[in-house]
Amino acid sequence: MAIVNPAADAFAASDRAEPEAVEYPGERASWLQVAPLVVVLLLFFGLPMLVVLAVSFFDFSRTEIIPAFIFDNYIDLFRSEVTLRLYASSLKFAAIVWAVTLVLGFNIAYFLVFHVRGLLFQIGLFLLCTVPFLTSNIIRMISWIPFLGRNGIFNQALQGAGITSQPLEFLLFSDFAVIVAYVHLFTLFMVVPIFNSMARIDKSLLEAARDAGAGRFRVVAEVVWPLSRTGIALGSIFVVTLVMGDSFVVRTMSGGQSASVVSALQNEVAALQYPPAAASAVIMVIIVTLMVAGILRVVDVRKELAG
Amino acid sequence: MHGDDTRPWTFYAFAAFFTLFVLFLYGPMIVIYILSFQGPNGGMTFPLNGVSLHWFSALVSQTRVGDIAGSFVRSIGLAAIVAVITVVLSVLAGLAFRRRFRGSAFAFYLAIASLIMPGLFVGLGIALTFRLLGLPTEWFTTGLGAQLTWTLPFGLLIMFAVLGRFNRSYEEAATDLGATNWQKVREVTLPILLPGIIGVALFGFTLSYDEIARTALAAGARNTLPLEIWAMTTNVTSPTLYAVGAVTTIVSFIVIIVALGSIAIVQRRRAAAGMRTE
Repeated sequence: MAIVNPAADAFAASDRAEPEAVEYPGERASWLQVAPLVVVLLLFFGLPMLVVLAVSFFDFSRTEIIPAFIFDNYIDLFRSEVTLRLYASSLKFAAIVWAVTLVLGFNIAYFLVFHVRGLLFQIGLFLLCTVPFLTSNIIRMISWIPFLGRNGIFNQALQGAGITSQPLEFLLFSDFAVIVAYVHLFTLFMVVPIFNSMARIDKSLLEAARDAGAGRFRVVAEVVWPLSRTGIALGSIFVVTLVMGDSFVVRTMSGGQSASVVSALQNEVAALQYPPAAASAVIMVIIVTLMVAGILRVVDVRKELAG
Repeated sequence: MHGDDTRPWTFYAFAAFFTLFVLFLYGPMIVIYILSFQGPNGGMTFPLNGVSLHWFSALVSQTRVGDIAGSFVRSIGLAAIVAVITVVLSVLAGLAFRRRFRGSAFAFYLAIASLIMPGLFVGLGIALTFRLLGLPTEWFTTGLGAQLTWTLPFGLLIMFAVLGRFNRSYEEAATDLGATNWQKVREVTLPILLPGIIGVALFGFTLSYDEIARTALAAGARNTLPLEIWAMTTNVTSPTLYAVGAVTTIVSFIVIIVALGSIAIVQRRRAAAGMRTE
C-alpha cells in the first residue's frame, strides 16, 4: 500500500510555483478521469462537512433545527467542564494506543522486512497480519468479551494457575479493555506503512553500518529508525485519528463507563441535538487537524514521498 | 544477511514476539467461533455446555434478535455496489494521476481528508444535508455515499501503489505497433493492472461490508449487518452474537480467498505465458 510516484507527482506539481496558465499535456483527459471520484467525494464528504460547519451556528428546539447564526453552541461547549474531561479521556487513549501500536508495529515490520527470508514467506506472513483487517471490527472487538470477562478465559487461567484467588474485575468493561481492543484493531495501521518504508531501505546500508562497527541496536536506532520515519508518521496519523474519532469501541468495551468526545457527540445526535453535536465535531476536526499537522511538522511526509 | 545460515539470537526473539502477536490477533476470534457451537444451555464463556448448532438456527428462526437475514442481504448487495463503483472510479482516477494536471493536489488532499475524517462526522454531515434538503436517508443512497467516502481513498492509494510499479514501455510498445488509445487501455493497461484491480475490489467489498461509523447515521431506517450486530451487542446476551460473528467472518474469508485466489491464477497464467514467449 505504498504511496509512490503518482502522489509524489501531485506533490511536485503543487510545489512548483508555476503560473496557473501553464497547460500540461493530456490535462483534459486527466480531469475527465479524476472527475467522477472528485464529484462523489465533494457530494458526500465536502458538502456534508460544510453543512456541519453551518449547522454548528444554528439554533435548535426539542424537535427541530432552526437556521441562525449564533455562537451559543460553541460558548456552551467551552463553558462546560465535561468538554475538558472528554478531551482528556480521548487524548489519554490516543497517547497510550499510539505508544503501544508504535512499539508493536515497528518491531513486527522490522521482523518481516529484515529477518524473514524468502519473498513468498514474507508475503504469507504479511497477509497473516492483514487478513483480520478485512473482517468485521465489531466482531473482533466483542471477541474479547469471553476472554476478559469476570468468568472469562484469562481469569480462569489465572485462577487455575493459582496466580490469583479471585477474578480480576478490571479486565472487562474498563479502560484496560478499551485499550486492548484499540491495539487489537489498529496495530495493523502502524505495521503496513512502516513495513512499506522499511522494505525500501537498501540492505547494504545496514551492512555498511555493521562493517563500520555499529552494534545491532545502533544500526536500528541510527539507520532503520530514521529511514522508517515516513511510515511511522503515516501510521501515527492513522492511529491517532482512528482513536480520536472512535465512539463504538469506547462504548462497548468500557461498558458505558468511559466516554470519548465522539461518543458524547453520538449521544447528542441520538437526542436530536444536532447544532451542539455539529459544534463539537468542528472543534474536534480542528484539534485532530492540529495533531496531524504536528506529526507532519516533525516528519515531512511530502518531501520524502516526492524525493 | 551474512551469507551463512546461522540466525542471530534476535531472530528467535522476534519470531517468538511475532507468534505472540498473531495469537493476539487470531486467538479471541477463534474462541468466539468455538463458543458459537455452545450447547443450548451454554453461556457466553467457557466451559462448553455440549456442542450444538442451536445458536445458528436461532439466528434464522428468532425474530427477537432483529432482522439479521434482511440486513445480511442488504449488506452483501451494498458491498457489491460499493466494490464496483470503487473499482471504476479509483482506476480512472489512478490513471489520471499518471499525468501532471492542475488540481491534482486538491483531488489528492480531498481523498486523504475524506480518509482520516472521523467516520461518524461524515455520517452526521450527510444526515444533516439530506435533512435540510428534505430528502430521506436510505442505505442505498446516503449509506452508499457515506461508504464511498471511505473506500474511494483506499482504492486510490492502492492504485498509486500498483501504478508506481507499472512499466510504461508496454504501453509505448502497443502505440508503436499501431494500437488505438482504447485498444491500448483494454488490451495492455487493464490486463497488467488486473491483480491490483482485484485488490481494490476486495478492499471495496470488505470495507463496505464491515463499515459502521460512517453508515450509522446515514443508513436510514433499515440497518446494514454491522449496524444490526451493533444493536445486538447492547441487548443480546447469548451465544447468538458469536454465531453472527462466525457467519459474517466466514463470508469475509470467502471473499478474501476468492480475491487472493484469482490474483494467484492471474499471476500464474502470466508466468506461464511469459515462459511460452521466451
